[in-house]
Amino acid sequence: MDEFLRIITQTLAELIAPTTAAYAIAAIGLNLHFGYTGLLNMGQAGFMLLGAYGFGIATIAGAPFGLALLVAVVAGILFALILGLPTLQLRGDYLAIVTISAAEIIRWVGRSTWLQEWTGGASGLQGRDFKESFHLLSPLPDGRTAIGPLEYINTGSDSWWTRIFAWGLVALILVFVWLITRSPWGRVLKGIREDEDAVRALGKNVYSYKMQALVLGGAIGAVGGVVYALPLAIAPDAMGRTMTFFAWTVLLLGGAATVFGPVLGSMIFFAAYMLMRTGMRSLTANTGLGDVITTTNVEQIGGMLVGVTLMLLVIFRPQGILGNKKELAFNVR
Amino acid sequence: MTADRPPIASVARRILAALAIAAAPVLLTAPPAAASVDAQTVATDCQPDDSTACVAAMVLDEENERVADVDLTISGASGFSETITTTADAPASIAVPDVGRYTVTIDPATLPDDLPLPDGAPTELEVTAQSGATARAAFRVGAGAPAPSTPTATATQDAGEGGAPAVDDGEGVGAAPEGDASKRALTLAQVWQQFGSGIRFGLLLALASIGLNLIFGTTGLSNFAHGEQFALGAALGFIFINQVGMPLWLGALVTIAICGLTGLAQDAGIWRPLRRRNTPIMQLMIVTIGLSIALQYLIQLLIGGGSERILSSNPRPLTLAGVTLSTASWLSMVVAIVCIVGIAWFLTRTRIGRATRAVSDNPALAAATGIDPDKIVRVVWVMATSFAALAGLMWGISYGAFNWQLGVQLLLLMFAAVTLGGLGTAFGALVGSILIGLVVELSNLVIQSDLRYASALVILILVLLFRPQGILGRRERIG
Repeated sequence: MDEFLRIITQTLAELIAPTTAAYAIAAIGLNLHFGYTGLLNMGQAGFMLLGAYGFGIATIAGAPFGLALLVAVVAGILFALILGLPTLQLRGDYLAIVTISAAEIIRWVGRSTWLQEWTGGASGLQGRDFKESFHLLSPLPDGRTAIGPLEYINTGSDSWWTRIFAWGLVALILVFVWLITRSPWGRVLKGIREDEDAVRALGKNVYSYKMQALVLGGAIGAVGGVVYALPLAIAPDAMGRTMTFFAWTVLLLGGAATVFGPVLGSMIFFAAYMLMRTGMRSLTANTGLGDVITTTNVEQIGGMLVGVTLMLLVIFRPQGILGNKKELAFNVR
Repeated sequence: MTADRPPIASVARRILAALAIAAAPVLLTAPPAAASVDAQTVATDCQPDDSTACVAAMVLDEENERVADVDLTISGASGFSETITTTADAPASIAVPDVGRYTVTIDPATLPDDLPLPDGAPTELEVTAQSGATARAAFRVGAGAPAPSTPTATATQDAGEGGAPAVDDGEGVGAAPEGDASKRALTLAQVWQQFGSGIRFGLLLALASIGLNLIFGTTGLSNFAHGEQFALGAALGFIFINQVGMPLWLGALVTIAICGLTGLAQDAGIWRPLRRRNTPIMQLMIVTIGLSIALQYLIQLLIGGGSERILSSNPRPLTLAGVTLSTASWLSMVVAIVCIVGIAWFLTRTRIGRATRAVSDNPALAAATGIDPDKIVRVVWVMATSFAALAGLMWGISYGAFNWQLGVQLLLLMFAAVTLGGLGTAFGALVGSILIGLVVELSNLVIQSDLRYASALVILILVLLFRPQGILGRRERIG
């Protein structure tokens, strides 16, 4: 029974974990790309990694928290401009190929010895080097607080302050995205998703709108990367393709082109993922199942299930939980 | 595909232009690399060549500085055991008698007092030695040193100096038996040698990417799971040949048959029903991504997280025309050429081949002339997965070791190759693959080996900027 309670607590904790918030932010950015504009960005992890590096390197160089966050956002914007320039006039899958490749380039350069002085090479940047300015901002008193079964320190890496900040950012970005997508600007984006040529015929510069969407979503992705790095460290190998694919699963699960889809998707995805892994781990430890599969296998089986979930989701319920089948970016071309 | 093939002269011009684009990143990145060449020419005790395998070990402090005078013991399965002492200016290395797994053990008593081994850090690391390469093990010491995240994390092969506690990724896959070329001086012979390995890389890449391009041509689908099909070939080859102990030819046949069946099953179970439902192509693309995640973890489940070798015997070097590669590599190249010629013959001279090209030109028109597009697509899927498996298997054999990440790395290079050659054109895939192979291996001479794949991806972006339809592609495909 204790074991059961522990699993349930861990699953609950995952609902408000900072990582869940980070993926929610990344998926909101992706939603702006894919859900509203129909752009296939397969390199969201690249934006996140670049944002995390921008934040970490700026902080280590002595920048205050706000400036470092700004550096992260600018890094995301520049990356989006560089990627958008050659690809946005081409068919959708070119953007997919280029973004996934560019995200890998960022990771390879980050982990190579070439820029090791700044990026820390393959071992990345350690948390204690860049977290201090963030922790100093905390208005919370010292000590620990328990709410229900969840207990964390007030200020620190895995703390209430990190959670409050992360989910506060999620709320801010949600309001921002909600406001811009119901504006005339947002309606042009949806028009591009539905029929690019019709929008062009109305005299709108499709390329420029696509670029704006890519830049905005990329900047949001970079902020997501900062939130991801705040409770952890900046490790290039943790922010690879798998991260992009998880962000996609999160978005499609919650529902593309909806305001709350990415957040709901992120919460459900990570709670279910944690429930499945802790559940399977507990089964392997306590029952005969442990003779057949090991704990490493649990991670691999978990990964396989994520892949299969993504396939089934796209085939049978492409609009996700909250989405509207009529507003589906997949129908483009 | 043939309807408006450009005249030869214009093709040649385009290839030259592409080469010029290809050379650009190499030139751009040359200056920083020169510095690293200097840094790395400091002699080590063991120079890998085609019959020598080296194991190097180093101890790094928190600032990535080498710590001198630490005793390390390197021991292998065959009773080999030697103790080496680190120096401050180069990794201590030693030649080992056989390829295979070696354990490097640190003697904590010889560490300086102010640099203890961190709590929980292992005192032993496992590396896999290969002929012509240096397997490196790095220990990180000092109070604040990060503990490696996984036990295998610290052992990389052929990684750059400070790639110390690297996650087993990247380098291990492409670790060329020729060793890290960036350590040596740039000579004409070197360039020629790398040219030879580039052709090998290109041919194997071509064998896999022709399938990717045929699928794209006939169905319009960018198959993100194709890299995993490639890795599946290597993984099943490892299981059947190394684990089960089948002879090479039988293991290869079984592997290719199983992978061909996965293609057939995929088409029958997933792609044809979805085509029937008129599922938009972008949706299908995300389905392939889901499939690639699932397959990637399946491969990890099959072969584990470490890097594996298909053939455990020591590769025999063979020098032809001044290029030294393992005999297995030369054989693989011959097989690849035979297969590519076979595919070309199939596409241009047989009924089904011509029908395939007709379908990729215009499916509706092809169907109107009595061709069954479903049948053609089925043939294409089986062909694509079989040849990807064969290429992956031969890759695993000629490059020594591979790990579960092989697929995604190669997928990006395949995309670069087909985009460079022209999406949807089978012969464009061949040209693009050879060029990408050459660029990857030649860039090894001037930039760090852990960045060489990045050079291919930079080319991809440049191609899209200046000639999005690729060398042999047609403009209307890029939309």
